[in-house]
Amino acid sequence: MLEIANIDAGYGNVQVLRGLSLRAEPGEVTCVMGRNGAGKTTMLRAIIGQVAVTAGSIMLNGTPLHTLPAHEVPKRGIGYVPQGRRLFGELSVAQNIEIGLMTRRKGAATRDHVLSLFPRLRERLAQRSSTLSGGEQQMLAIARALCLEPTVLLLDEPMEGLQPSMITLIRDTLTTLKSSGVATILVEQRVETALALADRIAFVTNGTVAEILANDGLSAKTPQFHTFVGV
Amino acid sequence: MKRALALHIAVLAVLFAAQFVLPPYHHTNIARIMVLAVFAMGYNIAFGYTGLLSLGHALFFAAGLYATGLGIEVWGVPTAVALILGVAAGGAIAAATGVLALRTGGVSFMIVTLMFAQTGYLTILYYGEYTRGDEGIVIARTARAISNLDFSADTPRYFTALALFSIALLVNLVLVRSRLGRSMIAMRENEERSRMLGYDPFRVKLIALSISGLYAGAAGAAYAVLFGYIGASFATIQYSILPLLYVLLGGAGTTLGPFLGALLMFYLIDISSGYTTAHLFVVGAALLVLVLFAPKGILGALREKGAKWLP
Repeated sequence: MLEIANIDAGYGNVQVLRGLSLRAEPGEVTCVMGRNGAGKTTMLRAIIGQVAVTAGSIMLNGTPLHTLPAHEVPKRGIGYVPQGRRLFGELSVAQNIEIGLMTRRKGAATRDHVLSLFPRLRERLAQRSSTLSGGEQQMLAIARALCLEPTVLLLDEPMEGLQPSMITLIRDTLTTLKSSGVATILVEQRVETALALADRIAFVTNGTVAEILANDGLSAKTPQFHTFVGV
Repeated sequence: MKRALALHIAVLAVLFAAQFVLPPYHHTNIARIMVLAVFAMGYNIAFGYTGLLSLGHALFFAAGLYATGLGIEVWGVPTAVALILGVAAGGAIAAATGVLALRTGGVSFMIVTLMFAQTGYLTILYYGEYTRGDEGIVIARTARAISNLDFSADTPRYFTALALFSIALLVNLVLVRSRLGRSMIAMRENEERSRMLGYDPFRVKLIALSISGLYAGAAGAAYAVLFGYIGASFATIQYSILPLLYVLLGGAGTTLGPFLGALLMFYLIDISSGYTTAHLFVVGAALLVLVLFAPKGILGALREKGAKWLP
């Protein structure tokens, strides 16, 4: 279980997160929603160690992550799919996957499992990743994160700008991962996606979690969506 | 991998045969090119594969050159030991430079490595009592031998250079296919993204720079013994720029690019200087054409055009 407790974080003198707390349980999808600038991406970057945490703690099964150097965090089983994919554009699909596999010294079995989730990538192994379509790039970004065999998966708006068929595919993949016990934190702006995938929805505003709702009987008309997301 | 290995072995076979086919004038030239190609291969490990644009590699080359040359001439060390000393000096100084310089990046890294190299150059001049500064030291012919192997003679010199080049090339080929090689490439492509996947950029870059230094040190050590001269001119910025040009010309991030670049550049200067004193103008024009039409170098362009298997 990943537990974020009262963290403060920001960029230089600009504090973005203020006492933010959140938990991600195995086999659950926690959807994080909020307006632009609320601190959603900064929260993910704080978990992965790219933004320094100045107060509070981030613990993974009792082990502190916030004190580790950034490159040690993925080795503890945290996979991160950043907004905008951020692939190694000059490298092929196969090389991107290989780089993902090497950190935790995973081999052919992990590679095959990851490619079985995204058969289309198997057909494009030799293709340069920057020449893939947007949906395929997103598949590769998720596949690369899954090469770490993460126990916690962080996704920053993975369905942004994708066509409906790709969105369905990625949703299905996230459902598969959920059933395999991965704890997922999904930053998302689409209410319908959140309602389809999430077990809990956390609303972030001004750098803190204002409210967490269990996805039980929620609908697009639930007032919090209007209050915190503006839809 | 089979195609790549076959190509590398074919190149080595051609170089082996060249000694029997080409006129003697070219034997020394090609021996020199092979040694300089080892230097450029080292540079390519840092720049072409890891993305470290260094302007300080003359320091690592000179470290190998001077450790070997002074070892033989001043400290009276046996030639074989002096050669090992040269390789180690190149690697150690590159590691020490890296520990400090790799705390910077981009343009700052270039400037810091340049400053280190200039410090090395000035140190050689300052201790002229031992190094004989710009004048340099000619290594006695009798000292340029191990057992009955006389490195000052054409044939042993050629084959020693070929042996060094072969080892360096095959190690390079294995390195870039290894886990470390892939980490280096990841670093070149994007440091931040690599960190996100669990790579320690400082560690990977330090290892790459140290290996690069070992190559430069080996080339320097071999140069001292095979050509019998050490001098401060080898520590000037020109010797930091040369491997960069070789790599850019042949193809950064390709195993054979440094050799191809060194070969073409050497003969471009050699031939054009026979026609004009403005031979550097010819070199400049050639580089301009390269940048315009093949910015990734000759082998880089070939790889882009379809020879994707080229390592």
